[in-house]
Amino acid sequence: MSAHTHYDNNHDHGSYRGYITGFLLSVVLTAIPFGLVMAGGFESHLLTVGMVVGCAIVQVLVHMVYFLHMNSRAEEGWTLLSTLFTVIIVVIMIAGSLWVMYHLNTNMMPQMNHDLLPEQLR
Amino acid sequence: MSMTTRDFWQTEPHHHEEGASTNIGFWVYLMSDCLMFAVLFATFGVLHGNYAAGPGPKDLFDLKLVAVNTAMLLLSSITYGFAMLAMMQDNRAGTLRWLGITLVFGLCFLGIELYEFRHMIHEGAGPQRSAFLSAFFTLVGTHGLHVTFGSVWLVTLMVQVSKHGLIAANRRRLMCLSLFWHFLDVIWIGVFTLVYLLGMI
Repeated sequence: MSAHTHYDNNHDHGSYRGYITGFLLSVVLTAIPFGLVMAGGFESHLLTVGMVVGCAIVQVLVHMVYFLHMNSRAEEGWTLLSTLFTVIIVVIMIAGSLWVMYHLNTNMMPQMNHDLLPEQLR
Repeated sequence: MSMTTRDFWQTEPHHHEEGASTNIGFWVYLMSDCLMFAVLFATFGVLHGNYAAGPGPKDLFDLKLVAVNTAMLLLSSITYGFAMLAMMQDNRAGTLRWLGITLVFGLCFLGIELYEFRHMIHEGAGPQRSAFLSAFFTLVGTHGLHVTFGSVWLVTLMVQVSKHGLIAANRRRLMCLSLFWHFLDVIWIGVFTLVYLLGMI
């Protein structure tokens, strides 16, 4: 057992069952949004977007648990803590950028000549 | 260290087993990589409607191709998982076989992506055409570059394992690449959802 050192046994490498479960869930969670968009989506635009984004969020969680073997015990919780910190920063960065730039666009527009703009930009 | 002096702090360094902190260190690297992708996603989010009177997602993207690409990456994820399971059973040949299959799927992904890029650039929809396309090529290209380096790393580890076997150092390296490879699949979920699917609705 010389090849098995102490840290090696500490980590969860997953099981055959776990990988298959994660794979099947991922296939379903990929097929649903692709099928939905290819079929033209729901009548409500917002519902389609919500469904597609919802599937993506669930699939990211599936990958985290079944493929990346995330749990609250790994590295005494530091893996989970650093991930949560990253998620917070990512949300602030993306939501903040979209928010700021959306308002920048709408508030800068009146200075331009509206009549020269194409219809969808007015 | 004599017993007569009082120790208020440890004067001898801790003994750390070699590679004991590799896992958490690599995880922190992945999180920083994630932040870089977040910036690219935010850039794409801001610029996704700026077509400069050029082609938009509906003119350019082929969802069937993207679905095949997604399948390639997902299959490569599960085959890498099987390589890790073979590694745990000290099955050197099995590990190498599954790593080889993973590499084939990874290269298929890259081939399809390069085909898509070449097709778009050929149609005049290159990165310099509009802000939307600049953001698209930066985001998707950066992910593709990660898969490229992951594939190079994969080949390196296949050589290492076939030369030195499943020694502790190689197990540690395979573990790190496992995290890297699955992480790239997670980023791809964001790419196909936000770039392709939302663009095609």
